[in-house]
Amino acid sequence: MASSAVAPTSSFLVDKKILGFSASCAQPSSFPCSPQLSKKRASTKIVSVMTPQQSERKPSATGAVKTGMTMTEKILARASEKSQLVPGENAWVNVDILMTHDVCGPGSIGIFKKEFGENAKVWDREKVVIIPDHYIFTTDERANRNVDILRDFCNEQNIKYFYDIKDLGNFKANPDYKGVCHVALAQEGHCRPGEVLLGTDSHTCTAGAFGQFATGIGNTDAGFVLGTGKLLLKVPPTLRFVMDGEMPNYLLAKDLILQIIGEISVAGATYKAMEFVGSAVESLTMEERMTLCNMVVEAGGKNGVIPADRTTYKFLEDKTSLPFEPVFSDGGARFLKEYRFDISKLEPLVAKPHSPDNRALARECKDVKIDRVYIGSCTGGKTEDFMAAAKVFLASGKKVKVPTFLVPATQKVWMDVYSLPVPGSGGRTCSQIFEEAGCDTPASPSCGACLGGPRDTYARMNEAQVCVSTTNRNFPGRMGHKEGQIYLASPYTAAASALTGFVTDPREFI
Amino acid sequence: MAAISTVTPPTFNLSSPSRNPNSASLSSLKLASPDANPSIPSSRSLKLHRNSRFVTAAATSPSAASPAANPTNTFHGLCYVVGDNIDTDQIIPAEYLTLVPSNPDEYEKLGSYALIGLPSTYESRFVEPGATKTKYTIVIGGDNFGCGSSREHAPVALGAAGVAAVVAESYARIFFRNSVATGEIYPLESEGRLCDECTTGDVVTIELGESKLINHTTGKEYKLKPIGDAGPVIEAGGIFAYARKAGMIPSRDA
Repeated sequence: MASSAVAPTSSFLVDKKILGFSASCAQPSSFPCSPQLSKKRASTKIVSVMTPQQSERKPSATGAVKTGMTMTEKILARASEKSQLVPGENAWVNVDILMTHDVCGPGSIGIFKKEFGENAKVWDREKVVIIPDHYIFTTDERANRNVDILRDFCNEQNIKYFYDIKDLGNFKANPDYKGVCHVALAQEGHCRPGEVLLGTDSHTCTAGAFGQFATGIGNTDAGFVLGTGKLLLKVPPTLRFVMDGEMPNYLLAKDLILQIIGEISVAGATYKAMEFVGSAVESLTMEERMTLCNMVVEAGGKNGVIPADRTTYKFLEDKTSLPFEPVFSDGGARFLKEYRFDISKLEPLVAKPHSPDNRALARECKDVKIDRVYIGSCTGGKTEDFMAAAKVFLASGKKVKVPTFLVPATQKVWMDVYSLPVPGSGGRTCSQIFEEAGCDTPASPSCGACLGGPRDTYARMNEAQVCVSTTNRNFPGRMGHKEGQIYLASPYTAAASALTGFVTDPREFI
Repeated sequence: MAAISTVTPPTFNLSSPSRNPNSASLSSLKLASPDANPSIPSSRSLKLHRNSRFVTAAATSPSAASPAANPTNTFHGLCYVVGDNIDTDQIIPAEYLTLVPSNPDEYEKLGSYALIGLPSTYESRFVEPGATKTKYTIVIGGDNFGCGSSREHAPVALGAAGVAAVVAESYARIFFRNSVATGEIYPLESEGRLCDECTTGDVVTIELGESKLINHTTGKEYKLKPIGDAGPVIEAGGIFAYARKAGMIPSRDA
């Protein structure tokens, strides 16, 4: 019976399906053997005499025998220069990338200077990526000052990657400015398989889509990393989510993660890693994988991971020239729990107010009248998210019935919205389709109103309204007004809802 | 829970461009001593400021049990009760995140907005309009306290407002970790749902050493889970202060 060493306060069920699990381990058969793969085969041979699945003893009691590790355990082991780690162990981990933005950057910098000295230098000027994105297009003086603080620090430290913005009136006048940090990290090639990426933002877990360990930390931890390049982390046990079946044309990754969060609740993955495998996951594009991992934190998860494969390497081809070594879960790895989903049976979902786990079928909410729709954020404001929304508007040919706000996550997304042709539209771009449908003009790229922000933030909810949103949280007051009601949904569902003025299943149109 | 335990730490290089950033060398991490930059108060001095409030409250409250001599091991005062899944947007709404916690004036201002995001179903405001401090020393919560964003402003706002400890059934991990790293509040875990047993305004005492909470208004006592390794870190004033105090990192002489 497989068992994991986990923190004593957590209770868990050990799923018997985990036994003899190695056959369904996600190794894309079409991909040439990576060095990691051949290592796995070798170790399976060595431990076959031991048959660890039948052992009742904890890994620490098995002496010199090496236990199979999950992807997350392996990444952390390599990053802490240890040959073996088990869940529950604390390890000093070398950090490959530290990301911060305008909200938490100044605080982290303040702590760094206080603790390491006014003249201290960051541990590696090429591993700190500073991305203003949260409160950018606002007249709030403190918000503007915070971007200045980042700039001063980057100049002083000669930080290599600082995506600066100075002209707030015209985002296009800022060649370095990107926008939403998690999307920018991916677009700029900072997410690489097997690495450790920490960020002062809870949705840093998005980068796990690239087969790396990525999680959010606070200012104090970030200050520590700035100075040392390391952090003490506790190794999380892994929950495995196997999603098989062909993705129906009306479903998106957002529906998958809403399904999961609804299943395990907002605390179901607390202190745990969430590993996503299966044929449905393999069929997802990188942006869709990012959406899946993005909301891991909404289940309380420490990090999300998707094994790297050809899709990952293709995406990275033109984005990074740094070498990387992907990591995969061993055949004999121990998972805390395994969940299996037949994707072909799932339907479009929403998360009703006021919790991301308040799952409901979109079609069962068709009587909910809405006041507005918001399409944007790291969760639902990427190029493919806008393409998806455009597809629904195109299929309908009608105009939206409620104000529909579009906030591209980054400059690149904005440009894609204005230049990429939408399939089946006769060469029209997303922006043209949005205009014909009566949506608001796509706004300057940033985090926008996903988290409310300063009062003058575009599309902030300043009255108690009902909104369908492609964002990630719907707790009270999230988008501004405390009595606002937010239905989290996929871009398909959001677009469909805009067309009817009610929460709407996208199958009405596609 | 993610207690920051006393794992044998590596020795750190002071960052400089000429050295290999990833090598572990024998030279220890040199941190500024707390007095090196007097314009930024150490988190320890901010915490002491809060602790002295608790002792005063205990001395003047007529129904108080006499607290233990060490103010950092006993917390006494009124409790404020909240429910499950209190996320960081309710603890400190996003519009206030332009305040930088390491800036002393803005630190104080953050305190004035603590828990201002709670819906209007909560009849008592946590911090009165116009005030920067709360009259509630202890927050009692349910499951998954502090879920949502990683914003460190959340435990900082509570600490700045004057909260000594939160007692919840369970915590979201980033909030727990941030509470310990900053040393702003003790994130204590209850055995069972204290949020169902206590009412806002009840007078309570927490005996940290005995892992016990006493509700003087109801006359009941409750067991808490021991704070464990996180305790000394918070008492020292956060991970940096603890690391200096424990000799893990030497202080550079001023």
